[in-house]
Amino acid sequence: MKITVAGEKKEVKEGLTVAELIAIEDVETPEYVTVSLNEEFVEQEGFSATTLKEGDEVEFLYFMGGGR
Amino acid sequence: MQITIKKEDYEAMLSHAKSVAPEEACGLIAGEDQPEGIREIKKVYMLENVDHTNEHFTIDPKDQLAAIKDMRSANLKPLGNWHSHPESPSRPSEEDKRLANDKNASYLILSLENAEDPVLNGFHVESIDGEKTVRKEELSIV
Repeated sequence: MKITVAGEKKEVKEGLTVAELIAIEDVETPEYVTVSLNEEFVEQEGFSATTLKEGDEVEFLYFMGGGR
Repeated sequence: MQITIKKEDYEAMLSHAKSVAPEEACGLIAGEDQPEGIREIKKVYMLENVDHTNEHFTIDPKDQLAAIKDMRSANLKPLGNWHSHPESPSRPSEEDKRLANDKNASYLILSLENAEDPVLNGFHVESIDGEKTVRKEELSIV
């Protein structure tokens, strides 16, 4: 099936979960990443239980913060 | 990596940073990576520092997502973020390094420590063998 990840169309296997996509995409420090799926945020604890579907749009949002 | 930022974008960033000082200002940068290795910033986003302090900044993921949607619609690529150091130099603090987790991003820091002579630098931060390594990027205001 085709999904869009960070603006790029990709072919992935049916039934792929968000957790599996994070591993495939080699996302560093996933604990600092927020995932949006079709503009809705997915909670970290829901990564393994959230299955992707044809046409889904995923964005990985790195935590953006810091200090002086 | 060589980075370019337009003078008007730099000035808008500076103006925003001064307007919210002494709080840290923050936002995102978007543009294109040119084949010859030049990272061209084409748009700067001024976003709310939800911490509202002079010691930290945090960008709300909702604001981040809205900005990224805007970038996608304009065929721009997310290139990283920027923030101000109202009272300290233009270099990543330990907290900045700890929270810089996107090795593809450029991290711009605008120092207002000397109000008469603001300094903007770009940095690449990458975790190598468990240690955060910082490399200054060549940044030109064009």
